[in-house]
Amino acid sequence: MSSTTAPAVAQKTISLPRSALRPLAVLAGGAVLLLPAFADEYWLNSILIPTITMGLAGIGLNLLMGYAGLVSLGSAAFMSIGAFTAYNLLLRAAWLPLPFTLVVAGVVAGVAGLFFGLPSLRIKGFYLAASTLGAQFFFEWLFTNFAWFSNHSLTLTISAPRLEIFGIDLRPAPGRYLLVVVTTVLLYWLATNLVRSRIGRDWMAIRDMDKAAAVIGIPIASRKLLAYAISAFYAGVAGALFAFAYLGTSDAHSFDLDKSFEVLFIVLIGGSASLFGNFLGAAFIVLTPIFLTRLVELLDLSTLFDNGFLINFEHVLFGLTIVVLLIREPDGLAQLLRGIRARWAVWPLRA
Amino acid sequence: MQYFLTILTSGLLAGIMYAMVAIGFVLIYKASGVFNFAQGSMVLFAALTFVTLTEHGVPFWAAFLATVAVMVVGAVLIERLVLRPLADRSPLTLFMATLGLSYVIEGLAQLLMGTDVHQLDLGIDDLPLSFAGLQLSQFDLFASAVAIGLVVVLSVVFDRTRIGISLRAVADDTLAAQSIGIRLPVIWRIVWSVSGVVALIAGLLWGARQGVQFSLTMIVLKAMPVLIIGGFSSIAGAIVGGLLVGATESLADIYIGPLVNGAVSNWFAYILAVGFLLIRPSGLFGDRTIERV
Repeated sequence: MSSTTAPAVAQKTISLPRSALRPLAVLAGGAVLLLPAFADEYWLNSILIPTITMGLAGIGLNLLMGYAGLVSLGSAAFMSIGAFTAYNLLLRAAWLPLPFTLVVAGVVAGVAGLFFGLPSLRIKGFYLAASTLGAQFFFEWLFTNFAWFSNHSLTLTISAPRLEIFGIDLRPAPGRYLLVVVTTVLLYWLATNLVRSRIGRDWMAIRDMDKAAAVIGIPIASRKLLAYAISAFYAGVAGALFAFAYLGTSDAHSFDLDKSFEVLFIVLIGGSASLFGNFLGAAFIVLTPIFLTRLVELLDLSTLFDNGFLINFEHVLFGLTIVVLLIREPDGLAQLLRGIRARWAVWPLRA
Repeated sequence: MQYFLTILTSGLLAGIMYAMVAIGFVLIYKASGVFNFAQGSMVLFAALTFVTLTEHGVPFWAAFLATVAVMVVGAVLIERLVLRPLADRSPLTLFMATLGLSYVIEGLAQLLMGTDVHQLDLGIDDLPLSFAGLQLSQFDLFASAVAIGLVVVLSVVFDRTRIGISLRAVADDTLAAQSIGIRLPVIWRIVWSVSGVVALIAGLLWGARQGVQFSLTMIVLKAMPVLIIGGFSSIAGAIVGGLLVGATESLADIYIGPLVNGAVSNWFAYILAVGFLLIRPSGLFGDRTIERV
């Protein structure tokens, strides 16, 4: 994002092949191992499923922001496109297997992302925020005002008519959890390879200095559009999972501007240009409200601090975290973790 | 035709209100190149402070001055704690920082002063007046007068005073301005204070219209297309952009809305702005310094 991040990125790129696979293995192994240990509904429903899905949405935005250096304030819009596409496919094309439904949902969101990324061909920087902000309001309006998208349901809500794969019903919590984990691991693996491939390196080159990138022959326009499309693809899949594996029942307002900011905060807190960081950021965003509520309950202060207080306090806390991290650690929690790991490698000596 | 003109004028008057918010952005953008996302929360914070004071029996002008003082203190704190440590970072980082800042300010405002909707009465009745067959609201006319007055005052300050001239120097060439001894932190404090005052005035006008409440922070989002259309670095542009957005928005609501099941004003301004970005990226009045690809 800024020139100060350049050395860290360079260092990371050199050691990529080994260190990029390790978090992946940790993620996959850990997720499967965690399941029996915490199999109770609460953990799955309120912590693991939202953290992993929002982390996936974070990967989408991080590919765009952290790797390609472009902005989006409309992640939730692309999530809602994924959710509504998946809903209509589940409903109207019931013969389509679930994995295909998810992929098509992502592709439709990706096409929309491509379209709203078009202004990036002519302008740079935060002006792009306006275009994606337009997407945010446009799609919230579209899905609210045209009842066809929610199959003319009176409340304009959507909920999965069925969720099954090879005839196995995935609606109980462990099933939804496995759906989320398997999808996320596959897409995480894809993203790891993507950022190490030609495309990812082109993105980073454009991010760090677009003129130099153009000089060495990188097709800037198509790479930028690709970044928007792929980012929206991830958001779309994450949106479909968020709507059906986490919320169950949702509507256009489940994907409002606040949700977009949440995804943005996940990237900023987790660390831009870090794929694993997105899950740290998502965990922070998901766990902080739960932790605060529990703390108030534990200390028996609920008469003093009501729900409204807690929400505002959370906002202050998130805002402060963003500002402090931007000042002290622009590469987010992922960088903090890397620092800790580097220290552990030589402990008790100093590097 | 009569109906069309009535819609048009009411849209234009609403546009002036947008422009009021946009001016706050332009000030900060000119002096520091920061798109201050926190402007909307500053509007909420200022209006809430003012209303809370008057509801506790503080007279109008005392409350006004006290709120101005609060906004100045806030500006100094923001400069010291946020802007200075981030001084040489990319515009995008600063934008994200103001996004975080907006969460802090808006959260603090509601923690300290509650989440209730406050009624605000500025003593101007919202009576419809008739001019040459056009229905106009007295309040809207008052708001426009305030906006015009504000623009005149700001232009005089920018053109005639020492502070204004050094401010323009910073906007023009920060490095050169620093080399002749203009102190950047001081300029930033002044600019953030002034846009705090602009936020207060905008907050009072909007608050009198729709109550002082959380939705005030949403007008920040409307200011974005206004600025893109008018240009980020021109106060005149903010006014023209505001008028354009206000007018097209209400016309689109009336004439396009029925064709597509309902109000389109939520997103219409953004689509308009995207059109401008594609055709004229620096806006109508902006400097041609915007980085093109």
